[in-house]
Amino acid sequence: MKDDLLASLFWRFAAISLVSVGGATAVLPEVHRQLVEETGWLSARRFADLFALAQTAPGPNVIAFSLFGWELAGLAGLAVVTVAALAPAGLLAFAVSRALGRAAQSVWIARLKAALTPLAIGLMLASGFLLTQAAGRNLPALIVTVAAAALVIFTRANPLIAIAGGAGAFVAAARLGLA
Amino acid sequence: MSFGGTGPMTRHVVVEDRKWLDDAEFAALIGLCQALPGANTCNLAVMIGDRIGGWSGALVALGGLLIVPLAALVAIASAFAELSRLPDIRFAIAGAAAAAAGLVIGTALKMARTLKIGWRAGAFVALAFVAAGVLRVSLPLTLALLLPLGLAAVIWEERR
Repeated sequence: MKDDLLASLFWRFAAISLVSVGGATAVLPEVHRQLVEETGWLSARRFADLFALAQTAPGPNVIAFSLFGWELAGLAGLAVVTVAALAPAGLLAFAVSRALGRAAQSVWIARLKAALTPLAIGLMLASGFLLTQAAGRNLPALIVTVAAAALVIFTRANPLIAIAGGAGAFVAAARLGLA
Repeated sequence: MSFGGTGPMTRHVVVEDRKWLDDAEFAALIGLCQALPGANTCNLAVMIGDRIGGWSGALVALGGLLIVPLAALVAIASAFAELSRLPDIRFAIAGAAAAAAGLVIGTALKMARTLKIGWRAGAFVALAFVAAGVLRVSLPLTLALLLPLGLAAVIWEERR
């Protein structure tokens, strides 16, 4: 049973890895579609909580996927998801890097980038939209979300400040009986 | 040590500290990483690792990038699993989740602003958002439809 789950996780994330343009945050809606909507392995709420938890650890955002693996199948799940999410894209990067050598600049790479960047931004906005819905439709959540977005747009502050601030604000609001 | 994204820090280490690449080479490689699937930083680690130490260099670079974050993540997740029965911790996670949603939206909007998105790009931002966020179309299908269209629009824009 568990082997089935691990195999399924491996193939799902390996496939996602190959279409993960714009990195982990941009493919988050696809991961959500598969783990929450298609399989029901995680609730939308749990998905958003785990993503937030992963933001408190340093390193690339792809480790949020590792945490989904941990939640679903423990240490084996973490290992399987991490390898599956990285290996296909990593091998492709390795092959392309070797093939192009130092001539990494070409007109087609520039075009591909110009076409992919707006798509990646749209996919990231979709991620934010899904996470906002999961975080709850109430005023404190909305205020924290808008404040965190403003912090990123208008300052160079460490994003961890927003996470800590949001957590602190909710605890304070609960203690004061506001939420 | 790279909370919430690794870009500026990576450039500092690779270009200024270790001088593995010069600025132009770094920009070209980052561009290539952005055009390929996968996390940009992980792709970059593979490419730089390969140039310095071949395939084993690539593997070491990728492992080095991930080992500490993964260990930290397991520690954090275990601690929260223990503590999650406390009401305060549940509120804290809810607040952190709301903030994380804002961080994602903010990062996307900041990218859009920095790149001075025009009509062509703006239309594709909207199309990708609607496909993935509202209609919940699968990502492979979204890309199969929008990437060729996007490339065509880029080439059309070049020729004007």
